[in-house]
Amino acid sequence: MSTPATANADRAQVPALSPERPVAWPKRTVRTLPNGLEVVLAESHTFPKISAQLYFRSGNAVVATQAPGLAELTASVVRTGTLSRTSRQVEEDLRRMGADLGTHAGADSSSIGISGLAEFSSGLLGLVADLARHASFPENEFERERRQKLEELKIERTTPGFLASERLRRVLFGPHPYAFIAPTESQLSAYRRDQLKDYYDRHYTPANGLLIVVGDFSSAQLMVEIETAFGDWNAPGPGLASVPSPPKYLGRRVYLVQLPGAVQTQILVGNLGITRHDRDWYALVLANAIYGGAFHSRLVANIREQKGYTYSPRSAATPLRQHGFFTTSAAVRNEVVAASLAEIVYEMDRMRSLPVTVEELESARNYLAGVFSLGVATQDGLLSQLSTQYLDRLPEDYLETFRERIRALTAEDVLRAARRHFDSANAQIVLVGDRDQIFEQATLFGHTEVFDAQGAPI
Amino acid sequence: MNQLHIPVEHTILGNGLRVVVSPDRSAPFVTVGVYYQIGFRLEPRGRSGFAHLFEHMMFQGSEHAGKMEHIRLINSSGGVLNGTTHYDVTNYFEAVPSNALERVLWLEADRMRALKVDEENLRNQRDVVKEEVRVNVMNQPYGGFPWLDLPPIAFRNWPNAHNFYGDFADLDAATVEDVRTFFRTYYAPNNAVLLMIGDLDPSEAFSLAKRYFEEIPRGPAPPRADVSEPPQTAERFGEIPEKFGPLAAIAVGYTMPPRGTPDWYTAGMIDRILHGGRAGRVYRRLVLEQQIAVEADGGTELLDTNGPTQMVTRIFPKPEISTEQAMGAFDSVILDLALGGTNAEELDPVKVKMRADYYSMLEGGMGSFMPRFGLMHYLATFALFDGDPDRVNTILDQFLAITPADVKSLAQNILVPSRRAIAVRRPVDKGLQPSPTAEAR
Repeated sequence: MSTPATANADRAQVPALSPERPVAWPKRTVRTLPNGLEVVLAESHTFPKISAQLYFRSGNAVVATQAPGLAELTASVVRTGTLSRTSRQVEEDLRRMGADLGTHAGADSSSIGISGLAEFSSGLLGLVADLARHASFPENEFERERRQKLEELKIERTTPGFLASERLRRVLFGPHPYAFIAPTESQLSAYRRDQLKDYYDRHYTPANGLLIVVGDFSSAQLMVEIETAFGDWNAPGPGLASVPSPPKYLGRRVYLVQLPGAVQTQILVGNLGITRHDRDWYALVLANAIYGGAFHSRLVANIREQKGYTYSPRSAATPLRQHGFFTTSAAVRNEVVAASLAEIVYEMDRMRSLPVTVEELESARNYLAGVFSLGVATQDGLLSQLSTQYLDRLPEDYLETFRERIRALTAEDVLRAARRHFDSANAQIVLVGDRDQIFEQATLFGHTEVFDAQGAPI
Repeated sequence: MNQLHIPVEHTILGNGLRVVVSPDRSAPFVTVGVYYQIGFRLEPRGRSGFAHLFEHMMFQGSEHAGKMEHIRLINSSGGVLNGTTHYDVTNYFEAVPSNALERVLWLEADRMRALKVDEENLRNQRDVVKEEVRVNVMNQPYGGFPWLDLPPIAFRNWPNAHNFYGDFADLDAATVEDVRTFFRTYYAPNNAVLLMIGDLDPSEAFSLAKRYFEEIPRGPAPPRADVSEPPQTAERFGEIPEKFGPLAAIAVGYTMPPRGTPDWYTAGMIDRILHGGRAGRVYRRLVLEQQIAVEADGGTELLDTNGPTQMVTRIFPKPEISTEQAMGAFDSVILDLALGGTNAEELDPVKVKMRADYYSMLEGGMGSFMPRFGLMHYLATFALFDGDPDRVNTILDQFLAITPADVKSLAQNILVPSRRAIAVRRPVDKGLQPSPTAEAR
């Protein structure tokens, strides 16, 4: 091809975007088996791999008030043996199929996730079914996993980010089960194998299940394999328990988690938020992108690029199933804790006091729309988007309409969402750092309570 | 056997800029990267951390896109961007909807041609980098373990052995003139490769590359630091205090054979036999069977380094296990491989897993919103280090051809104390015992 000469004037001009090529959202095959298991399949043929997640719609929240972290410990032990495979066989079978396995529990779900070579798709699904249906909870493996968790927990309680999240969740959710993200050491030490087995029997059931598979396969053929692996499994789902509501906060308060010798302070500012089903959800997502959810956001421009207080400022709207929360976080040097909080409060207030500019609005709408479509370019990205849609029971056209919903929002929508959710006057402020260096600065922002890393008031 | 063929086309512009294109029209996005052959191994003496600090400066504005403009233009086009500093390369990359390809090239060309730096931006990014070092290293349990711990113990030549994130005194000493000199020396088109991957037509992509990059003048060939190491004759050992974490942590690094040699491929398989999750020998023995450690795994970055490189095992022994006991258990795993070798029953599944991991890396490699990062990374390093980006299609089979006999003979030679270094993180005595009853909500 010929090379057009480049005039100097050309250099100064930002090239316009060429016409957008439409995003082809993957076709999904959706079925509910007679036993209640929901199945979602989406083909993606670029790489000869598959990726699957089997979710159960119960997680740490259903046990949090009696046994925090029990769902997570159960998930850890699920992979360590079945009626027909030892722990070592599970791991060797995975390697033979080029696979990675992850078994986890969040607040609202437990999951068995696998990814491996497409040529082994039926073996991979067979292994997932075996773990979901026939986990044997070997006593020695349970003891080993529990001990490992205990040592991990001790490390987590020296990690600023973990300590901040743990304190904020307690503060925001009070008596609600979302308040607990980890057990204490003594709780963990007291768990028995039978409790895990009981949790598994009640919650790992097809009626409580959702299986999503993405990758290089034929949906019709894979559905037959799934029916073979899961079709003759019958067990009812767990009932729903009622839970207390989170507290309503009147007034800003500060919670300082003492970490002696810290050379930096982890700031985490939070308010209760909303779920994806709330009418404000899309507007909040857009407001968050303008405020602190993107590299090109006000918070990053202010406390990183202008003032140099921090490397990693960000904000996030986190939706859980029953409630959500909205956070701003930054790890800052100890001398500028108050200065950083002042800017965070200022930026929150600016969002709720003045409409965003047209330029900011368009930029953030394009950002969210573009990034959303980048998410379908990999199997894991697509799996993650489908997980959001089907775990949260969002409308069938969620993927197809997300971008137009975002693009339809106005500056007034953003202002309305910010007024409701950027509530700096009632924000709860967690600081993890060295009390001797930051206590004075903390008290400028509200009544300050101090805790140790184990959660005890000092 | 590798079952995947990645289309690769490449050319070299008149100014020496290498350009590599890989079309994939399955989704409407493009991933663009510019890789410069300068990493923290090659930064100037007395300026530890400079390559990384400089990477930050590349986001501070260029002639026609001022501070925050580069970021705004990518984000508002619907894309994401970042940069990372490695041993031997520094990269800048974007994933955007494919209609923004030309805009991304314009931005990358503008900063390759005319980076703008001033005192205020340098001061600002020095502060940001210090907080980055604090949040990732100084204020985290096991921060910098083992990637900052091992090199000073393992190596004797400053390029391989210094603090890559940078001593704060060195960061403070950096001047705007240093930034300009570094830019002139290493950021010339003839020291770089441009990658374009995804929803594009190769001939249009090459044409755009010419349009925006070809007039940037070639620079003098940059000086290459001597990264060779004097021969090691004995095991090396060092201890580093662990300020926060409650457990000791051990890192053992073995120096790998030189890039591209037959032994280099075999060493890659040795790594995969020992490491790579719960089926690897180290985890299986130390964590699952003997239960003396809560974590034990490792790996090596063979493909994207171009100088002395280690295979590193990390072990977190249980608190009642001494580091000597843990090393004893690790040594017996090593001895078993060196003396007993492996067999096809073990090696065949290891190869299957290697193939799967390679595909996963090519497809993603950096989270859900940075598609083809791994493909970009390998195309770039194969272009810069080996002069052949198409190795992305052939290199896997060279690893998969390794036999059990190759493994045994090499393991005997390289898994020896005189090729290794050990770093131990030792928890400092905090002088206060946490009360077991101090658990409250």
